Amino acid sequence: MLGIRQADAGMPDTGIYFQWGDFLIQFGNLVVIATMVVLFILALVLPFPGRRSRK
Amino acid sequence: MSKSLASTSWRARNDIASRPWPGTTREYDLFKELVVGLVVVGLLVLGLSAVFSSPDEPTVTLKSWAVADPADFVATATTELGGTSGTAGYGPPYNSTPDATQKFGPIDLQSLSGVRLPIDTANDFVIGPLQTLPTPPAAIDEWTKASDAQHTAWTTAYGDALSKAPDNDPAKVPSGDYGPVPALTGALLAMAQQGTLDPVLSAKGSFYNADYKASILFLGDGSYFPGLADAQHLTGDQWGMMNETGNYPGQSWLWLFSALYQLEPFKSSPSADVLVVFSMVILTLLLTLVPFIPGLRSLPRRIPLHRLIWRDYYKHR
Amino acid sequence: MTVHRGPVPTADDGEPRFSTWTGKARGWALRRLPPDKLLPEDQPSYVSSWIYVFGMGAVAAFAYILGSGAVLALNGPTWFHASAFGRFINSTHLWSVELFFMFMVIHLWGKFWMAAWRGGRVLTWITGMLAFVVSIVTAFTGYLLQTNFDSQWIAFQAKDALNAVGVGAWFNVADLGQILMWHITLLPLAVAAIVALHVVLVRMHGVVPPLEAAASDAQLRSTAPNPATESEDTK
Repeated sequence: MLGIRQADAGMPDTGIYFQWGDFLIQFGNLVVIATMVVLFILALVLPFPGRRSRK
Repeated sequence: MSKSLASTSWRARNDIASRPWPGTTREYDLFKELVVGLVVVGLLVLGLSAVFSSPDEPTVTLKSWAVADPADFVATATTELGGTSGTAGYGPPYNSTPDATQKFGPIDLQSLSGVRLPIDTANDFVIGPLQTLPTPPAAIDEWTKASDAQHTAWTTAYGDALSKAPDNDPAKVPSGDYGPVPALTGALLAMAQQGTLDPVLSAKGSFYNADYKASILFLGDGSYFPGLADAQHLTGDQWGMMNETGNYPGQSWLWLFSALYQLEPFKSSPSADVLVVFSMVILTLLLTLVPFIPGLRSLPRRIPLHRLIWRDYYKHR
Repeated sequence: MTVHRGPVPTADDGEPRFSTWTGKARGWALRRLPPDKLLPEDQPSYVSSWIYVFGMGAVAAFAYILGSGAVLALNGPTWFHASAFGRFINSTHLWSVELFFMFMVIHLWGKFWMAAWRGGRVLTWITGMLAFVVSIVTAFTGYLLQTNFDSQWIAFQAKDALNAVGVGAWFNVADLGQILMWHITLLPLAVAAIVALHVVLVRMHGVVPPLEAAASDAQLRSTAPNPATESEDTK
């Protein structure tokens, strides 16, 4: 279950959080981790440029 | 050579992985890679900094706490006087409260250091600071002359009365046998609200200070400071270890450390911290020593992502 | 003392023979890591994937961490609250750290799936892991130095784990002076030293060949004699 919790506190800008059961992740961390996974997959899939091999 | 399983052992043998590569090569300019890396990463750093800046929520002070939530401040000061606060019951390295330490089976590492950063909450957080006032309240005398049992009786009675009062407001507490406690906590509240408690508590009458443990511990014993942290999702049961204020990414690399605090048996254990730290040490050692661990080190062969990485090589066999 | 002049004495195989500790050390270093191995112009043909750039990406990010960190250190830990330029430098410090960890972790994932510890490269793997762990401790001390609400709360929370294992008395997270020294001297030196050792080990052993590389592969068969590699058949 995806739920966005915008906390209400004395401090401004309390951030966006995503929660699935016990699992809670902050927006910034989610972006960083998702970016890492995407970069990893792209690194495996995208062709690497460069000259062909030589002896 | 038959098609035997490719070895994932760490050992240097007389095989292809262990010898200098005798086959075909390609031009690969490491310095050019470094310079391109510096340019790309530099642009990323400058761009992200310019667009997103960095978080900087202002500090909480004893003054801001005493002004924003005086009832919580007085209730906390009462527990510091009575020796019932979190810090007073912490154990080493702050004090020698019995049975307070976290244990891993029979191992009690918390007691190893002994009381190296001693804190007597009644004297260090309340009585001592009040004595620095130009005219210390007369209630100090009454407090210091009374027995420990009397101290406990007064602070327990006042603590109970505070918790039952409307809004926990010290002004709405019915009269009772609280001894000098209301005068002491009231004087400390006034001191904090004027902003004079902050320097006194951290610098302990000296000019310089770099150690803020007294102020941090006093703040943490209340509900105001932890409440603010809770609103920012920074507490341990909110995966707070990896979180930053606002939407900024925090220490996401602590995800596993944070995750363990959400799981049983750690979650409800009174020794959660020591159990989590031990587990993290073991898991980190496992990853560090993975080349020596049969089974674990064969994962790259069983889940052959390497065929993607080296697909050019395997294509031209 | 006699001073030897003329050609350096050599052993039967033409290798220079050293008599001093200094010379022996140089000989050892040159044998283990000759200049063309330290700074090669080419790599084996299998080094052909984007996954190989993330180690260098982490090194580049580390350079920016050190640079921005030096500016922050020279101005003191509370400078960035008041100065707009300080805030910007603080931001570059934060984002270079985020990128450093992202690249380092992707690098680690890549090397795991390559089983890059094969063929005597186990110390390279271990130093890489050590760099990761020490970087985590360094970053943690940096978070304690922000002198803002976040660092206050981290100091309050983190003391429990450190006290529970008995080190909190010596590693006092609420002591700004102590943590500042750890963060700006000892820990960055440790990370830099471990990363340097890691890079030297990579150059010494070369990039690990594919998991299923076999002597019958086209890239290994029919290779013309290559004097650069032929002569150094270590066992």
